Amino acid sequence: MPILSEKDREAVKKEFEKLTDPVKVTVFSQELGSETCQQTERLVKEVVELTDKATVEVLNLVLDREKAEAYGVDRVPALVVEGAKDYGIRFFGIPAGYEFTNLIDAMVVASTGKPALSQETQTALAGLTSPVHIKVFATPT
Amino acid sequence: MAVASDQVRADCIEANEFPEWSQQYRVMAVPKVVINDRVQFEGALPERDFLSAVLRAVNGGGTLG
Repeated sequence: MPILSEKDREAVKKEFEKLTDPVKVTVFSQELGSETCQQTERLVKEVVELTDKATVEVLNLVLDREKAEAYGVDRVPALVVEGAKDYGIRFFGIPAGYEFTNLIDAMVVASTGKPALSQETQTALAGLTSPVHIKVFATPT
Repeated sequence: MAVASDQVRADCIEANEFPEWSQQYRVMAVPKVVINDRVQFEGALPERDFLSAVLRAVNGGGTLG
């Protein structure tokens, strides 16, 4: 049985009309990982099926350790959302509920490369000269 | 913000799935935002205030509880 309802799929398809360029979601999972890893994998696969602009690659945290390190991923399930380049967008844990909306938004912005921020904010961010690591803790409900 | 600057990395973390991580950052309410392990706040902030928090995190100032 699919995770996404028909209503969800329609809503996502509508959002995906905004996709302009290819977007790739890399899922880091673990073979003997929790059920959440499997659920995350399934969920992302269902999402990328809704557009021909998105692709998914499933990697293993242990077997693909070098890639995991390169992406800065040290726990699972984890998602890396990339567009023309790796913008630094990561999700840890299953992206359900509010996080699901964030995932879809992240895919759109990674595809277009156009942040939904004011010009003022973008100018300030463009001036950053040292790394900024933002962690947002959230729950599905 | 991650797309707007190559310097920015943004992690969205499902707090319930990573209790140890959440505990490490004393997540009591969500959303909770932690920037460079130095500046933190709870709840959604207007874009301008969020940006101020980012700039505080890189320019010094701000401490993590």
